[in-house]
Amino acid sequence: MIELRDVAKTFTLHNQGGAVIEVMRGAHLRVAPGECVGLTGASGAGKSTLMRMIWGNYLAARGSIVVAGLDMARAAPREIIAHRRSQMAYVSQFLRVVPRVPTLDVVAEPLFALGVPEDEARDRARNLLARLNIPVRLWPLSPTTFSGGEQQRVNIARGFIRDVPVLLLDEPTASLDAVNREVVLRLIAQAKARGAAIVGIFHDEAARARVCDRVIDVTDFSPVAA
Amino acid sequence: MTPLLSVQGLSKSYGRHVGCLDVSFDLWPGEVMGIVGESGSGKSTLLNCMAGHLAPDAGRVMFDTRAEGPVDTLRLSEPARRMLTRTDWAFVHQHARDGLRMGVSAGGNVGERLMAVGARNYAGIRASAVDWLDRVEIDAGRVDDRPGTFSGGMQQRLQIARNLVTGPRLIFMDEPTGGLDVSVQARLLDLMRGLVRRMGLSAVIVTHDLAVVRLLADRLMVMKDGRVVESGLTDQVLDDPQHGYTQLLVSSVLQV
Amino acid sequence: MTSFGQKYPGGPGAEPLDIGTHYNFAYLDEQTKRMIRRAILKGLAVPGYQVPFASREMPMPYGWGTGGVQVTAAVLVPEDVLKVIDQGADDTTNAVSIRKFFERTAGVAVTGRTQDATVIQTRHRIPETPLTADQILVYQVPIPEPLRFLEPSETETRRMHALQDYGLMHVKLYEDIARHGAIATSYAYPVMVAGRYVMDPSPIPKFDNPKLEMDAIQLFGAGREQRIYALPPHTRVVSLDFEDYPFEPSKADHACALCAATGSYLDEIITDDAGGRMFVCSDTDFCQSRLSGATP
Repeated sequence: MIELRDVAKTFTLHNQGGAVIEVMRGAHLRVAPGECVGLTGASGAGKSTLMRMIWGNYLAARGSIVVAGLDMARAAPREIIAHRRSQMAYVSQFLRVVPRVPTLDVVAEPLFALGVPEDEARDRARNLLARLNIPVRLWPLSPTTFSGGEQQRVNIARGFIRDVPVLLLDEPTASLDAVNREVVLRLIAQAKARGAAIVGIFHDEAARARVCDRVIDVTDFSPVAA
Repeated sequence: MTPLLSVQGLSKSYGRHVGCLDVSFDLWPGEVMGIVGESGSGKSTLLNCMAGHLAPDAGRVMFDTRAEGPVDTLRLSEPARRMLTRTDWAFVHQHARDGLRMGVSAGGNVGERLMAVGARNYAGIRASAVDWLDRVEIDAGRVDDRPGTFSGGMQQRLQIARNLVTGPRLIFMDEPTGGLDVSVQARLLDLMRGLVRRMGLSAVIVTHDLAVVRLLADRLMVMKDGRVVESGLTDQVLDDPQHGYTQLLVSSVLQV
Repeated sequence: MTSFGQKYPGGPGAEPLDIGTHYNFAYLDEQTKRMIRRAILKGLAVPGYQVPFASREMPMPYGWGTGGVQVTAAVLVPEDVLKVIDQGADDTTNAVSIRKFFERTAGVAVTGRTQDATVIQTRHRIPETPLTADQILVYQVPIPEPLRFLEPSETETRRMHALQDYGLMHVKLYEDIARHGAIATSYAYPVMVAGRYVMDPSPIPKFDNPKLEMDAIQLFGAGREQRIYALPPHTRVVSLDFEDYPFEPSKADHACALCAATGSYLDEIITDDAGGRMFVCSDTDFCQSRLSGATP
């Protein structure tokens, strides 16, 4: 479902003397449907970078990144947009929202974009928000004033509202208490059970051990030290 | 599937000064393209050439019309072009007073396009006007008020309603949130996102505000000195800029 | 035939008196008349289209009918019988002045009776008596452009006419209904001519609009704005409206206090300081003809 071959990433900082920073080379990764692969490595080693390349947010300097049949490294922008809409979900660490939109609609939006009728989309959003223990009174409010943990749960709800074959999770349990961590891990397990391919970054070793079938250390893809 | 809009080799110069040079891109139905750049980058020149307000020196602007397929809008006859700008196209100006008739009521402003294409039933026109005021969150009770009595944000929303009433497929926007208070901008952007999605609009938005493009645009073109220096997926261009100028722009944005 | 005022000594066809300055027939020189006639022919060929013309200095100020006077001067021949009315009356100052002007410079016969006239110059009314194919009606026009008050730019209004881009005209009517509950325009009511041009029929009351479809030739002259337009006989003229707010040529519900006519346009005349008033036919010839028993 996800296949990376010989992927490399370089940043060229034109405004800082043209400094060229190679952060990754020769990256390989395969994730089958129903599998969850965890990315590990020290901070700054390239875990988020790799995930962003799979999402199409970062360009790859070399290699191929085939996700659910589309090579994200070579696809045209509108192909990537369509693919993200129907095949992929990305739960990042930060919730970036338009100021006025109520939480319910923030979560339902990926379904709106697919053309799901608004009532049905909101119903599914309600279910997820309830599962993630977001109080009903918060649903009509914009999440901009929520706590870190609440924002993270809204983010997760948004990521899990569609049943997509590819899920990318960046620290999904980071700001959560034990109860909600359990809810999220169960959501991940359910996604695996229905055949989704998942790539996740978990600092929490217990969580990682629970859901990941394999672990890849991205330092294996670091450029060879001089 | 053909692109809705295909800009090919569009160039415009003012004597020796380059307005925009050899710009080409395709836009598909439902896509929003952002064009960013600082003052003097040529983005407004480009927009005005595309929309037919300025005559370019070279290039074509192919639009996929419903009746005849792709047509070079730069070579349309004036009546055909006027019909296009009144039905399938929309243009939202930076200053609402350039896009509204200040001497005419809100209802008259929204209804004008309908009347221009032959609507002759007063009750029907008024009902459409009220419906659209509602959709852009202007109190329907203000339907008979003149735009001069509206706030800047309301004027801008009225401009949007006036443009969208005939169900266009492509909307050009020139700094749509420029000059508005921040809270007002947020409301307007949210409204535009909703309308673009619900109406399946394609849009070309020119702005110098990177936050606006991140919110509204699927794709992005960065312009400098009349040339496109980088283009691609909005989040990719903003998060992983390749060109030196883009990197400069992105790093210059103040964090709040 | 009857006439009012001073008849030109010698009558039609006689040698003009030397009064110190020799006037060409009907004041304007022949080249100017040719220019105006060309404009008139263009106007007749394209009904409702405003033809620009080089308006001349006339011995009366702008705003006092110079356009109408120039058109009349261009179409008059010595055998014509001229009638001049101002708001329907033959005896107001302006009507008298213009009639005297043509008596002096053209020596034509003049009359107050509509059916005896061959050329009728009018300010702001159409005579009640139906006109015939042998007659010409000349209107004095202040602002020829029906879109002027909505679109101040001349280049833009010309383009709108050229492209038949008249949405704005209906916006004006829409605004009227929104503000007053009905189309409030009561004079200078815009019309669509021969299905092509929107025209301002000059400030005639909307009551007169249906008469715009007639057997006579109608010529419109605007001196200050330098435009001439025309309606050939039997041209289709439709007053603009909405389906659900159709055009109504309204009038006051009174009969004329003098001649008891119920179908003519009435003037309201204040008779004393106590608010007393009476309604009288605006068309003086029409009223007097009825009173004197002659067939109107």
